Amino acid sequence: MALGVGNRIWPALSLLAALMLAAAPVPGWFTAFRPEWVPVVLLFWSLVAPERFGMLTAVGMGLALDVLTGALLGQHALALLLAVYLCQRFQPRIRVIPLAQLTLMIVMLLALYEFVLFWVDGIADRTVPFVERWAPILSSTVVWLLALTVLDRWRRVAHARI
Amino acid sequence: MGIGFAALALACIALMVVDHRESHLERVRQVLSVAVHPIRVAVDLPFAAWQSASHSLTVQRDLLEDYERLRRDRLNANFQLQRLAALEMENARLRELLGSPAVHDHRVLVAEILAVDLDPYRQRFNVNRGLADGVFVGQALLDANGVVGQVVDVGPFTAEAMAITDADHALPVRVNRNGLRTVAVGTGDNNRLRLPYVTNSADIEAGDLLVSSGLGGVFPLGFPVAHVLEVRMRPGQSFADVIAEPVSALDRDREVLLVWDAATETSAVDDASRVSELQ
Repeated sequence: MALGVGNRIWPALSLLAALMLAAAPVPGWFTAFRPEWVPVVLLFWSLVAPERFGMLTAVGMGLALDVLTGALLGQHALALLLAVYLCQRFQPRIRVIPLAQLTLMIVMLLALYEFVLFWVDGIADRTVPFVERWAPILSSTVVWLLALTVLDRWRRVAHARI
Repeated sequence: MGIGFAALALACIALMVVDHRESHLERVRQVLSVAVHPIRVAVDLPFAAWQSASHSLTVQRDLLEDYERLRRDRLNANFQLQRLAALEMENARLRELLGSPAVHDHRVLVAEILAVDLDPYRQRFNVNRGLADGVFVGQALLDANGVVGQVVDVGPFTAEAMAITDADHALPVRVNRNGLRTVAVGTGDNNRLRLPYVTNSADIEAGDLLVSSGLGGVFPLGFPVAHVLEVRMRPGQSFADVIAEPVSALDRDREVLLVWDAATETSAVDDASRVSELQ
C-alpha cells in the first residue's frame, strides 16, 4: 500500500522539481549549459511507467513550461510530445537494449527536442543563437546518467521490498 | 497511439499559430499563468528568504554606514531637485511660448523582480505586479539609473518584461548632446546595445549619453538609456558600427519602477467617463 502511494507521489514530485529547476536562476556563465530537466525526467518516467506517463502528460508539462518561460503556447508541448511519442513507440525495444545504447537513444531524443524548439523559434522569427542552443544536450545527458543510476537503484530497492 | 499523437501534435501546432498570429489566447495564458504561479513563488522563495534574513541580520555598524551614505545622497539629490524645480518652471514657460504640448508627470510603482529564470536566450524577467495593480502590456520599466525594459505579457499577479538588451528589442533614443535621433537595438548580451542606423558622418562619439526620445510612445521622454562605448566608422558601408552600454543595472537589479504616463492615464479616464455619459 505504501509503495502504491509512493509510486504515485515520486513521479509527480520529480516532475514538479524538474519544472522548478527549469525556472530556477543559475549563474550567468552556466545559463547556456542549463540541463533540460523536464524532458529528461519525463522521458525517464515514460520509459519506467509508459501506461501512466504518456503523451498527455507531455503536453501538460510542455504547456506549463511554455507559460513559465514565456514561449509560444505549444512550443515546448510539441517538442516534448514528439520526444515522448518516439520514446514510447520504440519502448519495447528500448527496454531490452544495453544502457549505452539506451543513453544514445535518449541523447538523440534530446537533440530532437532542442531541434523542434529551435525550428519553431525560427519560424516565429525569434532571434536565437545557433551555437548555444545545442549546449544543453551535453549537460542533459549528464543529468540523464545521474537520474538513471539514482532512480533505477531506488526502484530496485522498492521492488525488493515487495 | 499514432492517431493520438497526430491529434495532439496538430492541437499544439494550431495553438502556436493562433498564439503567434492573434492575441485571442490572452485568457488561456492568464489562467495557465495562475496555475504555474506557485512554481514561480517556490523558486523565488529561497532568494526572498535570503534577502529578508540578510536584512534582519545586518549589524548596526553597516546600518549606520548605510544611513550616512543615504543621508549624503539625499542631500545631493535635494540640491539637484532645487535646481530642477526652477528649470521645470522655465521649461514650461518656454514650451507655452512655443505652443508645444507640456511634458506630463509620471506615476510610478515599485515592482520586485522574481528570481525566476526564463528562456536563457532572451533577456526577460518576471516582476511581482500584474493586472491587479493595473500593469499593462507595453508599459515602461525604469530603475534608479535609467530605462530597463518594457512589459510584454501580463498575468493576474505577475508580468513578464523584456529588457532593452533582448535581441528582439529596439527603442528610439536620441543623443543627449546634440539631439541626434536613432534606434538602440538589443544584442542578447545584457550589457551591450547596438546602434545600427547611425551614418558614418553622424556626430556621435564614445561617452555620449543616449536618452529615450519618447517617439515610440512606450518609453517616456528624456530618461537615460546608455553610454556610447565605441564608434567604428566603416568606409565601405552606409552605416557606422556603434556599441553602447546600458546605464541601468540590468543584471543586478532586484527592484524596478513601473511607469504610468499621467497624460495617457487622464485621457483613459476621460474616455471612460465619456463612454459612461453616452450610455
